[in-house]
Amino acid sequence: MSGIQARFRLDWPGFSLDVDLRLPARGVSALFGHSGSGKTTLLRCIAGLERAPQGRLTVNGDVWQDDGHWLPTHQRALGYVFQEASLFPHLTVMGNLRYGMRRTSEAQRVSLDQAIELLGIGHLLERKPDRLSGGERQRVSMARALALSPRLLLMDEPLAALDLKRKQEILPYLERLHCELDIPVLYVSHAPDEVARLADHIVVMEAGRAVATGPLSDTLARLDLPIQLGEDAGVVLDAVVAERDATWHLARVEFPGGSLWVRDGGQPQGHPVRVRILARDVSIALEHVSGTSIQNCLPATVEQLAGDHHPALSLLRLKVGQLPLLARLTQRSAVGLGLAPGMAVWVQIKAVALIG
Amino acid sequence: MLLTDSDLQAIWLTVRLAGSVTLILLLVGTPIAWWLVRSKAWWKGPIGAVVALPLVLPPSVIGFYLLLAMGPNGPVGQLTQALGIGPLPFTFWGLVMASVFYSLPFMVQPLQTAFEAIGERPLEVAATLRASPLDAFFTVAVPLARPGFLTACILTFAHTVGEFGVVLMIGGNIPGVTRVASVQIYDHVEAMEYMDAHRLSAVMLIFSFLVLLALYAWRPSPKKGE
Repeated sequence: MSGIQARFRLDWPGFSLDVDLRLPARGVSALFGHSGSGKTTLLRCIAGLERAPQGRLTVNGDVWQDDGHWLPTHQRALGYVFQEASLFPHLTVMGNLRYGMRRTSEAQRVSLDQAIELLGIGHLLERKPDRLSGGERQRVSMARALALSPRLLLMDEPLAALDLKRKQEILPYLERLHCELDIPVLYVSHAPDEVARLADHIVVMEAGRAVATGPLSDTLARLDLPIQLGEDAGVVLDAVVAERDATWHLARVEFPGGSLWVRDGGQPQGHPVRVRILARDVSIALEHVSGTSIQNCLPATVEQLAGDHHPALSLLRLKVGQLPLLARLTQRSAVGLGLAPGMAVWVQIKAVALIG
Repeated sequence: MLLTDSDLQAIWLTVRLAGSVTLILLLVGTPIAWWLVRSKAWWKGPIGAVVALPLVLPPSVIGFYLLLAMGPNGPVGQLTQALGIGPLPFTFWGLVMASVFYSLPFMVQPLQTAFEAIGERPLEVAATLRASPLDAFFTVAVPLARPGFLTACILTFAHTVGEFGVVLMIGGNIPGVTRVASVQIYDHVEAMEYMDAHRLSAVMLIFSFLVLLALYAWRPSPKKGE
């Protein structure tokens, strides 16, 4: 049985946690929600830092918690990155990296050099933590967790304590981790941009419950429970740079079932990218329209219609190839165009954001 | 300035006593302090109060109860007799044992403060890095609490050197066995040997000042970074 199965019930005064989750064995699963929604508590239960009396937890087939069985944190093959870097102040960077590594079995030690390389901290090894910047500290703490060769990486808002500039400094490293690690990562965050950039899978937490869980783009395209990452509903697609047009500074990114022209972000051909399309930037036409300024027109199929946050508006879920897309239009247009599930239409996409 | 042989003997005895007490309390007080910080048991409060009692009780009261306990009919006395050690009062080890009780808060309280200052987080980090609780205690808590250990040892040593009432109750005044410096000064004054009392008192005064000076000089600088 691969992947993570986690079932926890916890009752504290004023807060209760009640979740039953299955998460994939690979990729980044974001635990997303407001503060107080229980996402950090869930992560701590998985780490064994918090003990939920009723619970069951298996990670790739290993039982970490079950009735009458509870593996203490130090016996769980995990890596944990705290919100504050929490480096040991009495040890150098190298001492911090070695601390956990020394306590794991011999066969896994190759990972130290990889971790140092992956997070670009080779020049910091002899320093004490108080001589590092906030961003450097957090990179060291990530390398320290990776040097353990964990079977599960847990990250509790690793960017939340940093300012915008430091965040921008670390995000590329996180994206590298995302590409190169083949272990599951649970990433707690309340920041929509981080989730949009990093997550493959999302668990939306609210008041100690998981209100939605699934692959990122499918979950974002749900109409029964519109989940907004940031200011508006929209989807996130994984694509690959297929072509670059030097004359117009545009790049064509390809995804299963279509391609889009976006502003050239400098990524070479074949590089994986993520694009985000907001519902308000998508409009519908019954036929292919010529003579428009809009660059991206794709054939699509209507899947579902639903009301939106205002009675004048409706939210439309479409399929472009295999990928879901959201469009927002007025009720009047929806009725005027006679939109119904199964109909073939054209989508015009006014803006596509490249998010790394 | 010349100290008499009996003065030197008293000083040496005092140093041996304070050294033994500090060493024993380091081993006994550390787990007590750790437990007081980490435990969630309801009887943590009462235990903490008992540990702090010597701070407020007159030494003669402590000495009196300890004398009863260690005496031939007391529980400790019966135990030591059963073990073939004989009664403890008026012996060096009886004095050590009494001083361990008397100086307990001076070891436990600085350690307690130091352990509290570390907080939960470094130990959680250690656990996620595969360190067992005992491992984390020695490799994280102890190094981080080092200034607290230094303060606790200095205070315990100095406080034991300065004790008088408990010594008189438990140890009496046996040269080379229980006659420590403070008692020796008392003897000098009783015998109207004011010059001798002056000399030894000056030594004690200078010692105490140096200890406190060291304590303030070694006070850790405000924590930088994390």
